[in-house]
Amino acid sequence: MPEATEVKSAPTGSGALDTDDGSWTLRVRRWVDRVLPMDRLLPHRQPYYVGSWVYVFGVITIAALVWVVVSGVVLSFMGPQWWHASSLGRFFNSLHFWSVQLFFIFMVLHLWGQYFMAGWRDGRAATWMIGVVIFGISIVTAFTGYLSQQNFDSQFIAINAKDAMNGSGIGAFFNVLNFGQMYGLHVMLLPITVTFLVVVHIVMVRARGVVKPIGLEGGAQP
Amino acid sequence: MDTPAQYFDWGFIHISYPNLIVIGLMLVLFAVALVAPFPHGSDRDA
Repeated sequence: MPEATEVKSAPTGSGALDTDDGSWTLRVRRWVDRVLPMDRLLPHRQPYYVGSWVYVFGVITIAALVWVVVSGVVLSFMGPQWWHASSLGRFFNSLHFWSVQLFFIFMVLHLWGQYFMAGWRDGRAATWMIGVVIFGISIVTAFTGYLSQQNFDSQFIAINAKDAMNGSGIGAFFNVLNFGQMYGLHVMLLPITVTFLVVVHIVMVRARGVVKPIGLEGGAQP
Repeated sequence: MDTPAQYFDWGFIHISYPNLIVIGLMLVLFAVALVAPFPHGSDRDA
C-alpha cells in the first residue's frame, strides 16, 4: 500500500505574494517598487519650477536621437551607393546628418542648463556623470560616422586623424583607416551604448525627480 | 561645399564663421529659454 504523500499546495491569494521564500524575482520586484514606483516612472504632474523652456532641451535631444537612429537604420539597410547616388538616399543622408547636428546642439544646451542649476545635487551625481559619458561616447560615434561616409571627405578625415590616433597609442586597436571597423562601431556598438545609457539617464532622472532650484526651501545648497 | 570656410581671428581665438554663428545662436537660444514665459497647463503643481 503506497504511503500517503503530503502535497504542498501552491500559495493562493494576495497575502501569499508577500511571502519571502528566497525568490529573487520577489526581491527584485520589491526593490523596483521602492526605487522606481510607477507614479515616479510615468508622472502626470511636475513641480511648478519645471515650467521653463530650459527643461525642454533634454527632451529635444531625445527626439533628435530618435531621428538619428531611425534615419541611420534606413541608411544601413540601403548602403552607400543609395545614400550618395539617389535623391531619396541623399535626403535620408541629410536627415541623418542634420538630426545629429540638432542632437549635439541641444545636448550642449541641456548641459549648460544642468551645469548652471547644479543638476548633480541631492544624490544626482551618477545621473550627471552618465550624461558626461553619453556626451563622450556621442563624440566618438559622430567621428566614426564621418569616417563611414564613403566619400573623399571621409578619406581626408581618416588620413589626417590616423597620426593623432597613432600618436596617442590608441591606433593599434582603433584604426581609422579600417572602414569595416569604423562602420561596425558606428552602426552597432556605439549607438547601442548611447541609447542604453540615455535610457538609464532618463530612468535615473525619473527615480529622483528634477532637482530643486538653488535656494528653494527644501532643496540642498550647492 | 568645395570652398573652405572663412575664419574669424581675434587674438588667440581662431574659429570659422559657421561654427561662430552656431555657438552665437546657441547662446541666444539659451538666454531666450531662461526668460521666455512657459505656458502653464493644468498638469503642474502650483
